Amino acid sequence: MNDQPRDPEPLAAEPPLALQRAQEARLRAAWTLPKGWRYWSAVNNTEVGVWYTATAFLFFAFGGVLALLMRIQLAVPGNEFLSADTYNQVFTVHGSVMMFLFAIPVFESIAVIFLPQMLGARDLPFPRLSAFGYWCFLLGGIFLSGSLFFGAAPKGGWFMYPPLTSAYQPGIGADMWLLGFSFIEIAAIAAAVELIVGTLKCRPPGMRINLIPLYCWYVLVAAAMVLFAFPPLIAGSMLLEVERAFHWPFFDPKGGGDPVLWQHLFWLFGHPEVYIIFLPSIAIIAMVVPTFVRRPIVGYGWVVLAAVGTGFISFGLWVHHMFTTGLPGISLALFSAASEAVAIPTGVQIFCFIATIAAGKLVRSVPMLYACGGLAIFVLGGLTGVMVALASFDFQAHDTYFIVAHLHYVLVGGAVFPIIAGCYYFFPLLSGKKLSDRLGKIAFWLLFAGFNLTFLPMHFTGLRGMPRRVFTYPEGLGFDTLNLVSSIGAFLLGSGVAVVAWDLIRPKTRQPLSARNPWNAGTLEWLPSMPPENWGVRSIPEVDSRYPLWEQPNFVRDVDQGRFYLPDAEEGLRETLVTTAIDAKPVQCLRLPGPSFVPFWAAFTIGGFFILGTFHWWWPALASLVVGIGVVCYWLWTATAKRPEKPEKHVGLGLTLPLYQSGSASVGWWAVLITMLAVFTAFVSLVFAYFFYWTIHDDFPPRGAKGPGVLWPCVAGALLAAAWAATMLARRWNRADRAGAFYVAATASVGLALAGAAAMLAGPWLTGMDPTRHVYPAIVWLLAIWTALHAVTGVLFNGYCLARRLAGRMDARHDIEIHNAALFWHFVAATALVTVAVIAGFPLAK
Amino acid sequence: MVHFLSATSARSRPHRAGAASAVAVLLAGCSGPQSSLDPAGAGAREIADLFWWMAGGTVVVWVAVAWLTYSAVRGRVAEQTARQARYYIIGGGALFPTVVLTALLLHGFRILPPLLAPAPPGSLRIAVSGEQWWWRVQYQPDGEEPVELANEIRLPVGEPVEFILDAPDVIHSFWIPSLGGKMDMIPGRTTRLTLQATRTGTFRGVCAEYCGESHALMAFPVVVMAKAEFSAWLAAQRAPAQAPADPLAERGRAAFLQNGCAACHAVRGTEARGRIGPDLTHVGGRMTLGAGVLTNNRAALVRWLAHTDRVKPGVLMPHFGMLPAAELDAVAAYLESLR
Repeated sequence: MNDQPRDPEPLAAEPPLALQRAQEARLRAAWTLPKGWRYWSAVNNTEVGVWYTATAFLFFAFGGVLALLMRIQLAVPGNEFLSADTYNQVFTVHGSVMMFLFAIPVFESIAVIFLPQMLGARDLPFPRLSAFGYWCFLLGGIFLSGSLFFGAAPKGGWFMYPPLTSAYQPGIGADMWLLGFSFIEIAAIAAAVELIVGTLKCRPPGMRINLIPLYCWYVLVAAAMVLFAFPPLIAGSMLLEVERAFHWPFFDPKGGGDPVLWQHLFWLFGHPEVYIIFLPSIAIIAMVVPTFVRRPIVGYGWVVLAAVGTGFISFGLWVHHMFTTGLPGISLALFSAASEAVAIPTGVQIFCFIATIAAGKLVRSVPMLYACGGLAIFVLGGLTGVMVALASFDFQAHDTYFIVAHLHYVLVGGAVFPIIAGCYYFFPLLSGKKLSDRLGKIAFWLLFAGFNLTFLPMHFTGLRGMPRRVFTYPEGLGFDTLNLVSSIGAFLLGSGVAVVAWDLIRPKTRQPLSARNPWNAGTLEWLPSMPPENWGVRSIPEVDSRYPLWEQPNFVRDVDQGRFYLPDAEEGLRETLVTTAIDAKPVQCLRLPGPSFVPFWAAFTIGGFFILGTFHWWWPALASLVVGIGVVCYWLWTATAKRPEKPEKHVGLGLTLPLYQSGSASVGWWAVLITMLAVFTAFVSLVFAYFFYWTIHDDFPPRGAKGPGVLWPCVAGALLAAAWAATMLARRWNRADRAGAFYVAATASVGLALAGAAAMLAGPWLTGMDPTRHVYPAIVWLLAIWTALHAVTGVLFNGYCLARRLAGRMDARHDIEIHNAALFWHFVAATALVTVAVIAGFPLAK
Repeated sequence: MVHFLSATSARSRPHRAGAASAVAVLLAGCSGPQSSLDPAGAGAREIADLFWWMAGGTVVVWVAVAWLTYSAVRGRVAEQTARQARYYIIGGGALFPTVVLTALLLHGFRILPPLLAPAPPGSLRIAVSGEQWWWRVQYQPDGEEPVELANEIRLPVGEPVEFILDAPDVIHSFWIPSLGGKMDMIPGRTTRLTLQATRTGTFRGVCAEYCGESHALMAFPVVVMAKAEFSAWLAAQRAPAQAPADPLAERGRAAFLQNGCAACHAVRGTEARGRIGPDLTHVGGRMTLGAGVLTNNRAALVRWLAHTDRVKPGVLMPHFGMLPAAELDAVAAYLESLR
């Protein structure tokens, strides 16, 4: 059929029992968890993922309680249960917590737990990065939620529109939102990097791109969306925080700024965000449905195509949140059409699920109940979405309770129900015990009835004229009964959540262990015995089907007996396989780091920068950042790019793989590439801001305004280009083992980069541009500072390489560091060139 | 909190289900002075019709999808071949939505231009500025001097009226659901909205964009009047304030000026020329106080003066609770006399 060599088969004979036991003992020792208080230094994906998920659920409960407070306040007209100010804090924190502390983290945390298992990997490629992400999330989350108890919470809405959130809200609430969530978003990007590299590079041999479990496809799409969606918000938050702290008028019309710019940046994030939440949740349904109809998904290719398509389209819809800002008709029409278009891939996915159910024989189960209930709710949310996507209807519906109803139908049906389905489905893999069918069903009906009772009337509340975000309403406008019904429904909904929570936390010591693979599923995550071992998968299988447990004969036996790859931990180290991105051909045996508190300290110190910054204590904040950078350097120095004791290792089935890879063959290089795509997106957002000002002003840069000139930006561009070239030479000479030449080139690059950074700032400095006076000097300064900071970070990279070579940790063959530095410098060079073209070139072209 | 339109609230109560048809119940459930489904304007009518069509379509599609899922779950559909499954996916997931959404979009595009069209030249223009948390209203009749009012809008029936919208502080949104869609009021920008009332009556407008602490308390009555009636009303509004007719009001005027009210408020025809707060020249003739919060009468005026911050949390106007009750009453009597 094809001329590719046949996939390797598992060992034909069972390894001797004594050997199997010895292998298991060594694996167990390598993957063991630290004991006592040191448990919290664990970095295993199963531990970190569970903490992460549990914390996200706690924030969900917190956000839910806030929702109930709002429903009490709105139960009757003119209620005085909450003051206006408290209500405004409560609804702001409810929205922000649900979005940033529940929906996004829970997607990433569930993926952290199950992605490696579905991919037959022992862990994710950067376990300590997951731990770092978790600690950032916990710290930032507690800080933000806790502010509510001091009456200091943000109260600008989760959308934080300036000028309300700039000049009109003194106090630290808004700063807390801007800095706290930026911190958490950075952690979310870190997790996204991990998930992308995990899906692309840590699959089992043979799992070609057309065999990847659907869940992993969805996670890949959603994580990629995080990379491009979060940076505009981070850039916008930076602009707004700088406006608040230093009065640079980015959004202040008195200084030439424009509040609408924030709306663009916010919704460039905010709309894809909805799909970032929806896709990984519907992904759970894509796993649950085939299991319970006992057949492979129908239309695998369609589902993948639809998921990818949804991801792309979702970046072209953001303006439908701004239909009432006075845009011209042509924009309204275009974005209406784009918004309607996203219904098509969504419809395809749903019909794939229905077709799968129709084609198979359904086994009734609690996860399936939640999947179906979720779809019923989501479909109605999707249909009202079709309605509000039409600009003319949105003129009435926008910012009313109709939208509140719509978004909850989409997010609760599209995310919360599937996630609960996932809880009931996956729980045995965490604890070895099943959740209760009976409680699951009771909770389902409470949730389903409560949800519809709460949110169905809200469509009419909105159409009858009730705006969103009101702490009270007068009686007699026709809102009274509808609101009371919603409030009653909310408590029913809350009781359903309480039943699920009880089922999750109730003691289960007397309950028997679940059977292995209790649902007879077909995918790799169901390999573990009950209760699961820490090593993840006993031997890393060769996969040649989408449902190997169903379709590959003797599969579980072969995995269990260690007949596949890496059945052993001979050196007592944690290891997993790295494969190629498309064909999943094994290319490396990757050594993974073990438990450590370093990620915690890194999160703590870097978090210190953001938290201290909230109070505008800039010097302590900066000190915390410097310590944080030190911790990260220590982390990298001690735990990454280690030189193995031997170049290669036999991993089983006659395969020998290198233990060290650099450049594009290494996972670290991929991580830098992906991170920098996100960073560059943030930079592009700033450039977008520059040209946005140009589009709204008749005259931008303003006639007669001082610019940065041409000389200094060009000098800076030339110096940074030279620094880039020197870095390239350093990489080449290191590989050629010309140590002297390497030191010269790397040192030169450091000097050139520092000079380039200084020259970049010299432009606006020497021409005396005052960023507080007008938005033009402000945005020029910001682009210059951004570029200079990149150059300085490049200095850190190259200085680190110099130190590594000096310390004998980097040499001609072991050169991960300089490859990654070179990759980083490609982005610095691109950033510098764009900045020079914009700040020096554009005024000339005008 | 008293609602100034509570007299009309009877309309919003559903009819007895026994007698009325389901449709009637539904329609009655949609009525109200602030309901987009009880249209009194050309735009609101168009959008309400669009809603009902789409709502019908939504119910049909939802039931169809639910039925398909149910029959799939029940196994009523015979074992599918791969080809049949593909029909499902392409037909239901791709073709059907494409056709329906294209039709819907084309219809949407057709009704969009009239909703966005500027009022014809010579139409009445009203500049409205949203401020935390009230409305500065300036009538700009063609070829006449503008008239500045606040917190109430009266319109001639049947005529297109152009609203010129802005905001000096934060973003607000101008929305009269009964007449048409909303339009944001954005600092540094000017937006426009044309509305055409089709029947007379009293309606309610609100701020639809979250604008800070008392966003919920930023409303205004809307009165649609016959053309002649409207012209008479506008002429009366143009006139300067009446001199106080009785001694109490006279004392009130003195107290008004003495206590510095004129720093923020204007009463045309007196030395009060403040521009920070609402123009009070004809405040006694308005239906509400505090931008749609209290029904306007003497007691409400006293309450407002004495407890601004309790009636409207965060409001810029200081409270005058420290004044003797008699003085407050006098000021209230003066303001009430400004009809």
